[in-house]
Amino acid sequence: MSRTFVGMPKFPIAAHTALADTQLRRNLGHATATIRAKRAAVVAEVDDWEERRVRGAEAKDRALANLDTYLLELEARLVEAGATVHWARDGAEANAIVVDLTRAADADEVVKVKSMATVEIGLNEALEAAGIRAWETDLAELIVQLGDDLPSHILVPAIHRNRSEVREIFLREMAGAGRPAPDDLSDDPARLAEAARLHLREKFLRAKVAVSGANFAIAETGTLVVVESEGNGRMCLTLPDTLISVVGIEKLLPTWDDLAVMMQLLPRSSTGERMNPYTSMWTGVTPGDGPQHVHVVLVDNGRTDVLADVEGRQALRCIRCSACLNVCPVYERVGGHAYGSVYPGPIGAVLGPMLRGTQGEVEKALPYASSLCGACFDVCPVRIEIPELLVHLRTRVVDESRGGFPSAEGLAMKMTALTLATSGRLEKAQNAATLTGRLLGSHTTLGCLPWPLTSWSNARDAPAPPKQTFRQWWRATHDGGRP
Amino acid sequence: MKVALFATCFNDTMWLGTPRAVVTLLERLGCAVEFPTAQTCCGQMLTNTGYADEAVPLVRSFARVFEPYDAIVVPSGSCTGSVRQQHAWLARRAGDPGLEKAVTDLTPRVYELSEFLVDVLGVTDVGAYFPHRVTYHPTCHSMRMIRVGDRPLQLLRAVRGIDLAPLPLAEECCGFGGTFAMKNADVSVAMGADKARHVRETGAEVVVAGDNSCLAHIGGLLERQRAGVRTLHLAEVLASTEESRA
Ligand code: SF4
Repeated sequence: MSRTFVGMPKFPIAAHTALADTQLRRNLGHATATIRAKRAAVVAEVDDWEERRVRGAEAKDRALANLDTYLLELEARLVEAGATVHWARDGAEANAIVVDLTRAADADEVVKVKSMATVEIGLNEALEAAGIRAWETDLAELIVQLGDDLPSHILVPAIHRNRSEVREIFLREMAGAGRPAPDDLSDDPARLAEAARLHLREKFLRAKVAVSGANFAIAETGTLVVVESEGNGRMCLTLPDTLISVVGIEKLLPTWDDLAVMMQLLPRSSTGERMNPYTSMWTGVTPGDGPQHVHVVLVDNGRTDVLADVEGRQALRCIRCSACLNVCPVYERVGGHAYGSVYPGPIGAVLGPMLRGTQGEVEKALPYASSLCGACFDVCPVRIEIPELLVHLRTRVVDESRGGFPSAEGLAMKMTALTLATSGRLEKAQNAATLTGRLLGSHTTLGCLPWPLTSWSNARDAPAPPKQTFRQWWRATHDGGRP
Repeated sequence: MKVALFATCFNDTMWLGTPRAVVTLLERLGCAVEFPTAQTCCGQMLTNTGYADEAVPLVRSFARVFEPYDAIVVPSGSCTGSVRQQHAWLARRAGDPGLEKAVTDLTPRVYELSEFLVDVLGVTDVGAYFPHRVTYHPTCHSMRMIRVGDRPLQLLRAVRGIDLAPLPLAEECCGFGGTFAMKNADVSVAMGADKARHVRETGAEVVVAGDNSCLAHIGGLLERQRAGVRTLHLAEVLASTEESRA
């Protein structure tokens, strides 16, 4: 039923299609501009925002540097509190654990709290293959699921849809998944939310098993934290008898003090709110109250590879706030699907290739899906140097291609490097350019260039080579130039 | 103070007006400037495309050529950023502690043009005359990599005759991005189209920036539209006088 990202075209091709989609451009432009402005306003209220960013980064770095001991501490506290802890090396292991636990609870459906980790490991598809229906209960995630669509944003997976599209999806698809949408449904946001509430309520009340992720896992007490806006998470976390939380190992925070820092950073960065409406925290099992079977699946799925990369490991600080997506001029124009993977935007262009390796065509192209403008770093609440990581990954992509048959680009770059190696060689190349410039006479710009420069001149004029270089002018006017 | 001009390979080859304007301007301000002719390139295009190994010899040569100077003036926010933020990393990556030390000793003396004028020479009124409607685009690397802040605007505000129009969404990237302009030409052009539209909304005759690379992209789009808007480097506006107009 739901689609996956496997087999998506690489970024430049997917972006070409996305850019031509007027409705998508409008929906995204509107949504990102709104949330950018909200974030900027609430961040400006905080005098020591920079210090908080530094503290956020430090807290995450401390957790990551001692992840091995903290994870064992987390496990010990969870077990003491009556939870069962499972360890999964990869997505397949994690999925198998969730399937087995659901079957053991004698359930053929689960309700889900919005969770990036479960999208990353393809849990819904794995459950479906095992004959278990997974119901997304976050409004945007529900829209994506009903529309047989893919999420295009970390926080607002249906950001690419406007309300009239949502109305159509509800009218067409809700009946097949449970309580139908009312026939007179309008595209008024309140009516749409009401339809979703009524549709979801019967699932909340019926479900025996819930699946969640976690925003944070606090080692010192074994407490999991889910931060949300709609209250659907609270329903899932409290009503069913069995709760299975799939948690990436980088979600760990050593202490509650660290959580305090994160809670100052996350809501302002993600939804542009001072505080989010619902923050749920639970520590194992509370007898007679809430889920009586609490499972925590700790997932690696490539994270320890990222941790082993000294320069790249800061990417694991990410708290999935999505501020970098909202501010990114590339994301704003192409949307999340063009990135061809679960995590879109600037952090996706970094995390995807880091978690999955840089062998695939999609992954090789992602580090180049950025103009390196740096807007992402400026808003990142945990100071991830995304532009530097993109360059780091580009270097990895190039280094891994060395030794094979050289590409046209590789040759061009080597030629450039050789030309620039000494001023003498540069000057020879410049003389050829100025000769062309003189031959072109009065032309100062060129409308079309030979391949591969056509990708420049298809839409942009190019400057004609000048008749003189600066170097030649300097020689003619100043004698003091040093050799 | 021994001052050197790092023209940058792009300006040296394609935009001689810009480094020439830096020389004219600095000489007018009483500052003798040398152009060490052994200079070539900071290597940014190679580094940012992933060719770190190829960039290392350029780092080595940059450190050697500019070592004798007290100040190195660069008419490019982007190339200044590359020297300051990438050269040490490249040296470290090459496993060359000697080079890394040479680079870290040198980089504090490397200034983008507006930094050199405002911070080192302590001037904002450079005696320029430029009677045109101008809008200023803060390039990403000057703004977010080396953080020149409002120094270029301080300089422009002091230019006689200038009619400075604020650029809507000025801080948004123009879409150039080095090889991004070629590798992801569609997105690059989509970003540039919006930038060009904002430039036109100001009614400016001239769009000014501190990087000719971004200006070549913005100007290439404006030129294709026959918009009648000129692009000009900050240095050329600041070098302009009543006697010798840019
Ligand atoms: S990289 Fe930073 S800004 Fe982007 S989602 Fe992660 S925490 Fe938020």
